[in-house]
Amino acid sequence: MTVPLLDVHDLTIAFPAARPVRNLSFSVAGGETVAIVGESGSGKSLTALALMRLLPGAARISTGRISFDGQDLAVLREPAMRKVRGARLAMIFQEPMTSLNPVLTIGAQIVDVLRLHENLSRQAARARAIELLDLVRVADPHRRIDDYPHRLSGGMRQRVMIAIAVACGPRLLIADEPTTALDVTIQAQVLDLLDGLRRDLGMGLLLITHDLGVVGQWADRVVVMYAGRKVEEGVPEVILHRPRHPYTEGLLAASPRTAEGSSYRDGLLREIRGSIASAAGEQGCPFRPRCPKAAPDCGHAPPPAVVVEPGHLAACPVLNPPEARDAVA
Amino acid sequence: MTTARRVLKTLVRNGLAAIPTVLAIVILNFFLLQLAPGDAADVIAGESGAATEESMRQLRARLGLDLPVVAQLQAYLSNLAQGSLGFSPRYNMPVADLIFQRLPQTLMLLGMALGFAFVLGVTLGTVMALNAGRWPDRMISVLTLLLYSVPGFWIGLMLIVLFSIKLGWLPSGGAETIASGFTGLDLVLDRLRHMILPSLTLSLFFIAVYARLTRAAVMEVAEQDFVRTARAKGLSGFTVGFRHVLRNALLPVTTLAGMHIGGVLGGAVVVETVFSWPGLGRLAFEAVLRRDYNVLLGVLLLSSFVVIIANMLVDLLQAWLDPRIEVR
Repeated sequence: MTVPLLDVHDLTIAFPAARPVRNLSFSVAGGETVAIVGESGSGKSLTALALMRLLPGAARISTGRISFDGQDLAVLREPAMRKVRGARLAMIFQEPMTSLNPVLTIGAQIVDVLRLHENLSRQAARARAIELLDLVRVADPHRRIDDYPHRLSGGMRQRVMIAIAVACGPRLLIADEPTTALDVTIQAQVLDLLDGLRRDLGMGLLLITHDLGVVGQWADRVVVMYAGRKVEEGVPEVILHRPRHPYTEGLLAASPRTAEGSSYRDGLLREIRGSIASAAGEQGCPFRPRCPKAAPDCGHAPPPAVVVEPGHLAACPVLNPPEARDAVA
Repeated sequence: MTTARRVLKTLVRNGLAAIPTVLAIVILNFFLLQLAPGDAADVIAGESGAATEESMRQLRARLGLDLPVVAQLQAYLSNLAQGSLGFSPRYNMPVADLIFQRLPQTLMLLGMALGFAFVLGVTLGTVMALNAGRWPDRMISVLTLLLYSVPGFWIGLMLIVLFSIKLGWLPSGGAETIASGFTGLDLVLDRLRHMILPSLTLSLFFIAVYARLTRAAVMEVAEQDFVRTARAKGLSGFTVGFRHVLRNALLPVTTLAGMHIGGVLGGAVVVETVFSWPGLGRLAFEAVLRRDYNVLLGVLLLSSFVVIIANMLVDLLQAWLDPRIEVR
């Protein structure tokens, strides 16, 4: 197997009083789309910010390795990290309405990043910015480039954000819930755009979402997170149709069926009882307090993710009795 | 329509809208002044040491003070409509000449004080915000609290004691060295030296206000999503702070600065008196003592013009700083 573009190993993010992401490992290959799925509070956004080394104030990476393109981002010094950010590793955020600076034209904000990393002249950067706006399919880019963000719709702003992110041809693009704040009709357009750019630019895409519908259509591989841990990983067909972890099963049962000929009227959506807050202070499997299949054994230690079939990992002690744990991934 | 024409239209419209405001200010001030006990005739009589009922009556008749209040107002307004601010019997010259003689001095003082306040206030506020909770923040906090609560005239006197008397670095008052014969650059430098202490005194309170406001604004803006975007681009801390944070944080500060111009003018009365600065503030102060109401009304009218014009300029500045405020 070739070395993946991004290889996160045993990542733990710590606040002074809590560890919202624990022992997380996953990888993204060049040109691959990996989706991280989980409910609010599962640590997916923090993971993304940790990769960018933009964790909020008190949070820090306490253990783990983030191998990206030959460097360990977890220990890289800030000046070197600044050369990575926006250039080889880029990120777009959930809130397009507030993610652009209101007092600068969108052109200025694209030119910003181009001039920083590409050493272009003012005119060349502007010409490139117009190309980029065209690339993300903003109509009439020559005129739009001098517009301020408040003149643009949410979808347009997210396109501008994408233009900024891909401006320097990053190897990996992190998209943190890029469509959550957008109209349903715009969501598919934006995801198609991201997918097309991934293919054309040959970059890896780390898609963070809570929308299982998005996963099925756009991801090559899915990592399901719960309470800061990876609970299951596999290709979308397997995760969406043959999940092994009770949490993934619960998530699917709580989603509207999107299969052909089905309707939300076919049956009630099931909830996962309890709240993710119950995972706090849990010694064993974090999902145990809410798990319908919980066994007495589950409270001892957090279960490791093990291979349940080729390319399919799950972290559940009920599924993986101790004798099967030789195959630890 | 070009931006220049739009700006011009806005200015004209705002200017027209200011006319009723100015009229209301004149009338209100007129009646307020009537509430003060005594009039110019009393002051003149008091200064001369003796006066008879007869001479007082003559004096009042000559100054127009024997007319009913409404008639006096009418006379003042009709004068004003003809572009005249009236005549000052004390200075024996038209009020307009008197005021325009003094206006440049006050405007210079005002400009320099606001400049000090803005530059120093924003700098201190930014330093505080960047070090929030640590010792530079706490130290400047104490300093601003001090500046905020100590009266301007006292600070002015203390500055004179320190810089003029003890150290002898700066002059203690006046606008220029009398009979120095300076010309050209020497004259400008001499005037600047005279301006430093009064404008600093006038600005200290506002330095404190802007520093505290800037601190709050910078800390709020620094939390915004677009700042994270800027950092995600790989921009350095300085570029993020200057280009993305400070520019947005300046919006509330400029709003407040515009509203404070009136307050600075008020402070000028005290500071000009302490530093014997030949400006409008001291003229107003003396006019009050002498019940020279024509002069006082003229100063107040002109001050309201200054405030209105300054606010219009601040509006334009804001539209330039923040594209979301489009000049309509």
